[in-house]
Amino acid sequence: MIEFHAVTNRFPDGTLAVDDFSLVLPSYKTTVFVGTSGSGKTTLLRMINRMVDPTSGSIDIDGADIGTLEPVKLRRGIGYVMQNSGLLPHRKVIDNVATVPMLRGMPKKRAREEALQLLDTVGLDRSLANRYPSQLSGGQQQRVGVARGLAVNPNILLMDEPFGAVDPIVRAELQQELLRLQRELGKTVVFVTHDIDEAFLLGDQVVILRTGGKVAQVGSPAEILANPIDEFVATFVGADRGKRSLHVENHGDGDIVVDETGRLAGVLVGSSTTSSRASAASQSGSESQCGSESKAGPRGPGASAQGGDSR
Amino acid sequence: MTWIWSNMDLIWDRTLDHLVLSVPSIILSFVIALPFGWLAHRYRASRAVILTTVGLLYAIPSLPLFIVLPFIVGTSIRSPLNLIIALTLYGVALMVRVVADGLGSVDRDVQQSATGVGFSGWTVFWQVELPLAGPVLLAGLRVVAVSTVSLATVGAVIGAQSLGSLFTDGIQRGIQEEIIAGIVATVLLALVLDAALVLFGRLLMPWTRRSAIGVAARNSAVVAGVTT
Ligand SMILES: Nc1ncnc2c1ncn2[C@@H]1O[C@H](COP(=O)(O)OP(=O)(O)O)[C@@H](O)[C@H]1O
Ligand SMILES: [Mg+2]
Repeated sequence: MIEFHAVTNRFPDGTLAVDDFSLVLPSYKTTVFVGTSGSGKTTLLRMINRMVDPTSGSIDIDGADIGTLEPVKLRRGIGYVMQNSGLLPHRKVIDNVATVPMLRGMPKKRAREEALQLLDTVGLDRSLANRYPSQLSGGQQQRVGVARGLAVNPNILLMDEPFGAVDPIVRAELQQELLRLQRELGKTVVFVTHDIDEAFLLGDQVVILRTGGKVAQVGSPAEILANPIDEFVATFVGADRGKRSLHVENHGDGDIVVDETGRLAGVLVGSSTTSSRASAASQSGSESQCGSESKAGPRGPGASAQGGDSR
Repeated sequence: MTWIWSNMDLIWDRTLDHLVLSVPSIILSFVIALPFGWLAHRYRASRAVILTTVGLLYAIPSLPLFIVLPFIVGTSIRSPLNLIIALTLYGVALMVRVVADGLGSVDRDVQQSATGVGFSGWTVFWQVELPLAGPVLLAGLRVVAVSTVSLATVGAVIGAQSLGSLFTDGIQRGIQEEIIAGIVATVLLALVLDAALVLFGRLLMPWTRRSAIGVAARNSAVVAGVTT
């Protein structure tokens, strides 16, 4: 469990990056910090492994104030993955993964063996082990980054926009992999993103930040979607634009889920009754507003709607 | 040509003399420039002072330096040591800026993520920043090597033996072949040292081989080195 107690961070140049931030990040869950650029997400994350120290306030990990711990030792026990993977370009993939265990004193041979197993874990072919990072695709590099983050078998995994620089298809793949890993490994994950959809997909707890590291709202994705606390959050999650209010349209070929702006959100699956009712109601193929039972509305997209929030 | 064939031994001896002057100077320049370059890179306040100082160092004309130095350090004017010190000073003058630029060229993200996963301050320097500055450092070192080899010939004027002695002697005695031999041998030696450095870099930095990383950095360092 990670606890922020009234944490404030002001950089020497006067920038207030985080302002009086208090939060409990439960163990074995994923907490996502989401906000626009400059809202203090990275700073918050880096305070957990003491790459940045708070100006005031304190952070506890499992009850111990990390301000009293030696930063390098602390970091070697916490997984850290960042955008553009942050891999060492002059070390082979396998050595990148084996690096931190070796810094902790593990013999090279064993560190490399375990690194190979970690490549399996993150779904990378072992044949890539002897390549340099520049010889991998962006998605593969991120997987190596995750493997490196897992190498010391940490309880805590810090991820700073790890999928920000890969194309949408690969990103979706990596997100699913992370969900799978999280099901298998049950780490305490702290994930930073500016993408609200990613936040809702991955987060058990989502923290929406506004500029200056101020919390706008904390809650589960469902809670936030159901009750955006204010205008800012509603705008941020897209509820105000009707992006989250879905309804079903029938297009002859099948049921299509559409948001209020008319944008395609997905297809309706696994509810043949709705489907047949809908098509019965509109033989001509013109738009048919469904009854309230199939209109997702502000309570979040229905569980059967693919493409929106899938949690 | 006959002069050359009958004086191969002499040319070889002068080549060795030349190597004894230049190789230690090149190595010393690098080793000495490293901490100063690091300081210039690391601390904004020291940067201007250090870079200006080494810039001025390079502006000192070589011949007067060769003559004045023995009085300062107490060596004999013809001692190779005297020359090595002077050559090292010029090498340092070139190399300090290269080291500062090289360290500055290291991707900040990589350095931050190394810190983030638990490299300590000095391991980040030795295992991450220095090797990643490698391509730029190598480019600078190549400039230093070539310039040192060519500068070492000037020592002949004050009587320190080197390939330069071939052309001072050749001019004095009017042997044109000796002059040409001196010039050609100097150029060849510079090329050989340069090739050795390139090879050394390939062995030491295999990651630059199969990708384009470092090429841009190399080129920019050559420019930086030349305009120091
Ligand atoms: N080392 C630093 N020095 C000064 N200001 C900084 C530094 N790092 C971040 N900031 C500032 O702090 C604020 C929050 O930055 P950051 O935590 O990186 O935000 P985010 O990750 O949400 O984009 C920004 O205004 C940023 O410019
Ligand atoms: Mg950030």
